[in-house]
Amino acid sequence: MTDNVRSSTPTRRILPARDLAQIAIFAALIAALGLAGPLNIGPVPITLQSLGVMFAGAILGPRKGSLAVLLFLVLTAVGLPLLAGARGGIGVFTVSPAAGYLYGWLLGAFVTGYLTARLLPKYPFWPALGATVLGGIAAVYLVGIPVMALNLGLPLWTTLGLNVAFIPGDLIKVVVTVLVARQVHKAYPGLIARPLKRRA
Amino acid sequence: MSNIRFEQVGQHFGDRSVLHDVNLNLTEHRIGIVGANGSGKSTLVRMINGLVTPSTGTVLVDGQNVARHARDVRRKVGFIFTNPDNQIVMPTVQEDVAFTLRRRGLSPAEVAERTAAALEQFGLSEHAEHPAHRLSGGQKQLLALAAVLVAQPATIVADEPTTLLDARNARRIGDLLQTLPQQVIVVTHHLHLVEEFDRVIVIDEGTVVADGAPAKTLAAYRTLLLA
Amino acid sequence: MIGLYSPGTSVVHRAPTLLKLFLLSLCVLLIGTSPDPLVIGGAAASVGLLFLMARVPVRAAAAQVAPILLVLLVAVPIQGLLSGWTIAALMAGRLIVAVALAALFTMTTTVTAVLEAFQTLLHPFRRFIDADRVGLLVALTIRCIPLVADIVREVIEARTARGTQGSLQSIAVPVVVRSLYAADALGEALIARGLDD
Repeated sequence: MTDNVRSSTPTRRILPARDLAQIAIFAALIAALGLAGPLNIGPVPITLQSLGVMFAGAILGPRKGSLAVLLFLVLTAVGLPLLAGARGGIGVFTVSPAAGYLYGWLLGAFVTGYLTARLLPKYPFWPALGATVLGGIAAVYLVGIPVMALNLGLPLWTTLGLNVAFIPGDLIKVVVTVLVARQVHKAYPGLIARPLKRRA
Repeated sequence: MSNIRFEQVGQHFGDRSVLHDVNLNLTEHRIGIVGANGSGKSTLVRMINGLVTPSTGTVLVDGQNVARHARDVRRKVGFIFTNPDNQIVMPTVQEDVAFTLRRRGLSPAEVAERTAAALEQFGLSEHAEHPAHRLSGGQKQLLALAAVLVAQPATIVADEPTTLLDARNARRIGDLLQTLPQQVIVVTHHLHLVEEFDRVIVIDEGTVVADGAPAKTLAAYRTLLLA
Repeated sequence: MIGLYSPGTSVVHRAPTLLKLFLLSLCVLLIGTSPDPLVIGGAAASVGLLFLMARVPVRAAAAQVAPILLVLLVAVPIQGLLSGWTIAALMAGRLIVAVALAALFTMTTTVTAVLEAFQTLLHPFRRFIDADRVGLLVALTIRCIPLVADIVREVIEARTARGTQGSLQSIAVPVVVRSLYAADALGEALIARGLDD
């Protein structure tokens, strides 16, 4: 073999490859949770897929978490039946009443991740719960409900009323996310880069 | 064949020392590395292609410092991991083999041709279009080998390549490694795998404790295990 | 990568992906903004005709459209009471036509073709988005789905073997941690196999 004069990659590049793999694994996790089908807790069917989205933000942080969600959405858009109920295709992103929720997931993962990054490494329970409610529920509904109102031609408040039924299930998912994220961050520290700006 | 040199190599995470005082010159065709779990042998071989950068000392492959020329070294040194599931990165068998070549700037026709040849060589042709995860454990390790060898590296480093396989598949992979024209460096717990090798190195508590002909060093290792 | 694609040789299948995407957007825009029942009726008829031409399996098509009907079951009565039944009917018609058309696109276009179309559309943004990396990530994720599904199955089996049923949390933690270790190993393999070459 001839020696190559061109200088080559330092091994520090190990991080991007690992980030890439983490993003792909979490996108796959969101998909796998959708394949599992809904779980019945009381009268409300809970799809685990949105739990995967909350995990992505709370465990991988804002950048990797929202990229994982984006990647999952791209796979769905190109026609893989990965949304809970084996749905997919570009329809669910445009004309479907629930289209906004998918964009909401993207925002939600980012918000959850952004706030979580500021709570680590201590990750206290109540603030973490607040962060995950803001990202996992508020941010998702903020995009989801107006799009649903638009696509169904209904007034905003009516649409909001239609979605109240999902809040208990979402709250359960938030609690599960916080409990899981807390243990994962203990077992596997350093997943989320600390924000640069910190209080003195 | 490559000339692999470890010069005063040490590795520590915090104050935990994983390797220390490793000086080796690896030039033989077939080299086995044995040692207990946690002895540092996996870390040692990962330094050969820059997956791990030593805390102290240098690793040279054909005179090139791995820490500074990882990309060039990786083209010469292919790596086989213990769990083939984690080494397969593409959905189908064929795409996975092609992955290695696509990043080498070959034409699509050349990639297709060499991929097909590699699959043929490892008896995987009929599975070319299948999802890689449906292969058996043994077939997955064959795929991992095919995907590494298709790039024609000078050296193959394998980290416990048979640990997760059943006896029959372990023998099959072992036989294959035995007959490769490439330089082969195998880390293993399956001592019979390296009995016929040119050289066997025993690692214990982060350093080389025996080195030489397998008959001699494997005997030393067995004594060490009993101690 | 079969996905929702249903193989066929019809004109709908063979039409260029970008043309199909363009016509789809045009049609959705048209029915979305037109208040004329005739336009929507005409569109519904055309979409029906396209389905007949494409000969996609009825059940697969129904599975993609059915969830919308459930939503409409709730939304139409509300809409009817709030703003009249004509408007409610128009809204329902629009939605069904648009969803059916989008489903037809997905069912007659291979995943590879859609990916290529996306990459073409991303071309003007190539300074910001590396289409090759996107393609690699998409393939890597498809590879990871069975890997993660295996991890989930193994964790649940381990729980069952120990006789503990386990809460959602006690299953999720090992699944996530093992997935992260798998990601480490995959990252290492990507480097060893020349990802950054």
